Parts: sequence; C-alpha cells; structure tokens
Amino acid sequence: MELKDKLISSYVAFENGVNINSDVHEIRSKALQNFEDLGFPTKKLEAWKYTSLNSVLKEDYSIFPKAEKAIELADVKEYFIDDIDTFKIVFIDGKYSSFLSDTTHDNMDVCLLSSALTKPKYKAVIENYFNKIAKQDNLTSLNTAFANEGAYIYIPKNVEVEKPIQIVNFTTGAENATMLQPRNLIVAERNSHVQIIERHQSLTDNAALTNAVTEIFVDTHANVDYYKIQNDNINASLVDNTYVEQQKEGICSVHTFSFGGNITRNNLNFYQKGEYIDSILKGITIIEGKQHVDHHTLVHHIEPNCESHQDYKGIYGDRSTGVFNGKVVVEKEAQKTNAYQQNNNVLISDKATINAKPQLEIFADDVKCSHGCTIGQLDDQALFYMQQRGIPKKEANALLMYAFANTVLESVKIPEVKKRITNIIADKLGVDIGFDL
Amino acid sequence: MLKIENLHAQIEDKSILKGLNLEVKAGEIHAIMGPNGAGKSTLASVIAGKEEYEVTSGLIELNGEDINELAPEERAHAGVFLSFQYPVEIPGVTVTNFVKTSINESRKAQGLEDMPAKEMLQKIREKSELLEIDRKFLSRSLNEGFSGGEKKRNEIFQMAMLEPKLAILDETDSGLDIDALRIVANGVNKLKSKDNAVIVITHYQRLLNYITPDFVHVLHDGKIVKTGDASLALELEAKGYDWIKEEVNS
Repeated sequence: MELKDKLISSYVAFENGVNINSDVHEIRSKALQNFEDLGFPTKKLEAWKYTSLNSVLKEDYSIFPKAEKAIELADVKEYFIDDIDTFKIVFIDGKYSSFLSDTTHDNMDVCLLSSALTKPKYKAVIENYFNKIAKQDNLTSLNTAFANEGAYIYIPKNVEVEKPIQIVNFTTGAENATMLQPRNLIVAERNSHVQIIERHQSLTDNAALTNAVTEIFVDTHANVDYYKIQNDNINASLVDNTYVEQQKEGICSVHTFSFGGNITRNNLNFYQKGEYIDSILKGITIIEGKQHVDHHTLVHHIEPNCESHQDYKGIYGDRSTGVFNGKVVVEKEAQKTNAYQQNNNVLISDKATINAKPQLEIFADDVKCSHGCTIGQLDDQALFYMQQRGIPKKEANALLMYAFANTVLESVKIPEVKKRITNIIADKLGVDIGFDL
Repeated sequence: MLKIENLHAQIEDKSILKGLNLEVKAGEIHAIMGPNGAGKSTLASVIAGKEEYEVTSGLIELNGEDINELAPEERAHAGVFLSFQYPVEIPGVTVTNFVKTSINESRKAQGLEDMPAKEMLQKIREKSELLEIDRKFLSRSLNEGFSGGEKKRNEIFQMAMLEPKLAILDETDSGLDIDALRIVANGVNKLKSKDNAVIVITHYQRLLNYITPDFVHVLHDGKIVKTGDASLALELEAKGYDWIKEEVNS
C-alpha cells in the first residue's frame, strides 16, 4: 500500500487513542482532509523542485510505534548536551520517556503536548495558539492530522528560564522503518526568555522518516533562541516545518546545523506581527556521500522598523546536494525594514551540487534589503600557505572550512552547544585539532 | 644546510628552472637577485614544495635529506619557512590562533605535546615586541584587511614564532615603507644565528642595506649565472641586469 493510503486508513486507529470530541480533533480531521486532497509533495511543485521524497516514501513505515522500548542512558548520553544542567523532554519512537526526561511545572510548563491537549488548565493556551500559524500545506497538514505528542513549552511573562530546554526524539530502529510526527508548541509570553535545543536521532541504520511541526510564539519583548542539531544516521530523513510568530520588539533566533541524515528538508517560516522585531536565521550545512539538505526559509515583514538576518553556510562533498531557497517578503506597510540575507557555499567535490535561490518580494519603498549568494571552492593558495606553516593538508582544509562557517557559530549563545557543534565539525572532517578561534 | 643540484622545474609544461645549483650553509645569508621572470619566486615555491610545480630532474637536499618527495607541511616541519610575496588572507582565523595551530602542528609532527599556553603567550609577547606589532593586531583575522606592510611584518612575526632552520624571504621588501623595512630587517637580523640560514629573494638592493648577505647570486633564465659578495648587489643596483644578460649570451 502506498504510504499516503496507509496513513489515511490508519486514521481510524489513531482516533482510538485521542479524544475525538474536541476542537483540536476537528482541526485534525480537517487537516487530514487537506492532506488527502494534496498528497505528498512532488517535484512538480515549485517549492519541491530540487527535493524528491520518492525514495523515502517507498519504505513500509510503521506509523504507530510500539510501546516505549527501554534504552539505557549510557547508550544515548552522547546525544544530549550533558555538560550543563538542562530541562529535557525526551521521546523514544514517538512516546514520552519519563526516565530520560526532566520536565517542570514550576513557574512555567515544560512538558508534553499530549497532556496540554487534554487537560482543562491548558485549554486557553491551546485555543489561542495551537495550529494558529502552521501552514495548510501538504506535510504540515499531515502532521496536524496526527498531532498528539511532542514538546509543550509555556513560559509566562517576565520569566527568564535559567537553563536551556532540550527536546530529543529518538528512533530505536525496533521496526524496519519508523515514521514519526512530533508536534511542538512553544509560547514565550511578554518579556520572557528561553533557549531550546532540538535533536532527532536514529539509534540504528533502519529507515526513519520524521515529519515534525513546531510552532513558536514570541510575545512582546520576549526572546527565544532555538538550536536545531541535525546529525542523524544515513537512513534517517527529516522534514522540519517550523513556524515563528513574533510580536513587537520580540527577538527570535533559529540556528540549524545540518550535518547528516538522508534527506533533510527545513521549512523555516517567520511572521513579524509588530514593530522593532528582530528575526535571526542561521545555518551550517556540512554533508557528503549522497546526502541532501534543503533549506527553505521565509521571512514575512508585515510591520515597519523590523530586521531580519539570514546567514547560511554550506559545505558539500562527494555527490551531496544542497538547496537554499530564501524568501523575504516586505509588505507595503513594512517601511524601514532592514532585511539581510547571506548564503555562501563551498563545493569540495566536482560531483556535489547546490541550488541557491534568493527570492525577494518588496512592496515598500523605504527599506534596506541586501542579499549575497556565493558558490566556490576552497582556496588552493590558502591551503598551500597553511601547509607551508606546518599545518597538514587535511587539518588546513578543516581549518578553512571551520573559519568559513564561523560567522554562524559566533552567534550561538550557549558555549556548550558551540563546543558540541565544533566537535561534530572536527569529527566530520576527520581531524583532531584544537579549534579555538 | 640546503643543497640544490642541477634543478629543473616546470609549471604546466613551461620550463622555468633550467639547471640551478645552490648551496647554503648554516650561518649564511644568501641573496638571490634577478630580473622579473628569471624564476626567483619559482625557486622559493619549489623549495617549499608547492604542488603546481613539477621537478623534472635534479636534487634538493635539506641537511643531507632529499626533500623532493615531501609535502609542504613536512618541509615546514623539517625547518623550511617561506615568507610569501603575497600572504594569503584567511578570514575567520585570528593571527594568534593561526600561529598557535601552526606551532602545535609542528610540535605534533615531532612527537611533542602542545606548547603550554603560558609559554605560548610569553613567546607571542616577546616576538610581537621585536617586530613592533600592536597587540590588537594579533586578534584580527589573518591578513584580512592588512596593509602590504602589515602583511609582511606578520610574515616575519610568524617566522620569529616558528624559528625555522632555513628562511626564504620572497620579495619581503616590496610594499614596505622605510620604517617597516627597518623593523622587518632588524627582526631578521635578531633571529639570525650560526645554526640557521636565510635566503633573501629580491629585485632591488634596498633590503640588503639592512640585511648584509654573505653571497649574492644572479638568477637569469632559470639558472644562477653569477655569484659574488655584497658588492655585487650594489653593482646590479647601479648598472641594472642587462650587462649580466649580455655576459651570459656572449
């Protein structure tokens, strides 16, 4: 059976596990109808021209993972940022793992969406925010149809969360192929501050497909920093749909580190709903083999006096392929917008490909919008220079790539995350070098 | 220290060095002069091991060891330092961290531990003072936005940090004003000892007022055609290179 049919026919079984007499379920059912009409995206769609899911959709995925399979902390410790104290919301094959998690209801809610969707005390928040900014497109609709579990983070006004929150989704590989659809809802009320680190991790080479949706609401003068670490196994594919709505003077940064997996598609959307907002979108992509990473970003400037900063760096080896499609829309009312977009790519193999497409739609006349896109190779002169100074070729290459990506790393505010990313980069480049730039 | 015999080298089938002989002993300073296109910079690149150049015949020995098959970094570890005519800009890597990486990679190759941070800092302080380098300059990206003079001074600073056995200064004087020239030359003279050697490649005699060579060689059409003492440089300055060419051709 095709995956689409399988998903649709599984819906009745899914309904057995959720409250079907709720507003949320009405949203789900509409979304299912929407997915049924639209189906999976194909290369015929402009937004999917360079990314084909065909090979991924052929797998016979298990849609309802079995009950939580126990994993030992020692086996997965490496996937956590464990050198600092953090809150943790951990899922194993889509099921919450209380053993690995560290949640809280003390002055804020760092917990599960499944309970937020059902318990009366969260009703108002769910009504106000759930599925309010997620698009009605095919894959987001699919996620919405099955939305039940994921992270729920609610930070009341004036609360500065003192430690980062980690959201980790493990796939155990207990099934030959597993499909997961985590759904996260994050609300940062007026003047609050929170840092979030997200990771999807397969524990075996069995196929995994994750279709995630995250909605982030950043209220007036609130600050949200979000870090996505994508360094998964070779048969794990990810479609990440993230939607951010910001109110007046809100600041939100999303850093996406794409280092591995089979096919990775990031749909990152920012909507600015007030003045003096700052949106920061940054990414480093380092891939090889036949890996594919696609960044589709959208920043929608709706109100005046706002800024957006995009900086995406990509390093592509072997036969890997990359896509960067950065869309910036500046509405007529959004005067004095300052929108900056930078996308630099290095192809270290003749067979690697990057498709880069900056897309600017500007309807206001008093704005500063800049974009720069480069595709190049590592500089042979620089390599020789470094070798002449005693740095072996491999290390010199690594240092050049690291320096290339460093403008993105610079803005990472959690030192341990920076260190972790640096180590992953060094590991990927096969060097043991004291990067400390 | 360095022995070059009958060296032939080419780039993309264009032959540039055509039977070059040179011997440099520890404690000596050699100047290599010659008109544009004579092969001066090629010689520097070939000694340093730049891959684009192919050695078709001849011998390059460093301290009795044939280095022709060694990678550029292995030659660096063996003590070869090339001060580039056009130092490369490397955005994102600070001068300090580049030098640290450079020193520690060389130490690693020799089976040594990383240089202790305190010792490194002390050395950086000492050598930057020797070359009158502003401390702020050290935290800037390597060569990025540096003036010509700053780049050259930075090259000699790295040389001071790495303490090579054989230093080749390729047109280090170009782009330097008289003050910078004096500082750079002073640095080179201070670093000079009976155990190391320096090859100064230059088009003009100017730098040799400050760094006195034991030997002056004239390179013409890929060969050393004349060797003399420091006075030869003055003669070249006064008379140009044409008389040498005539002498060779006759």
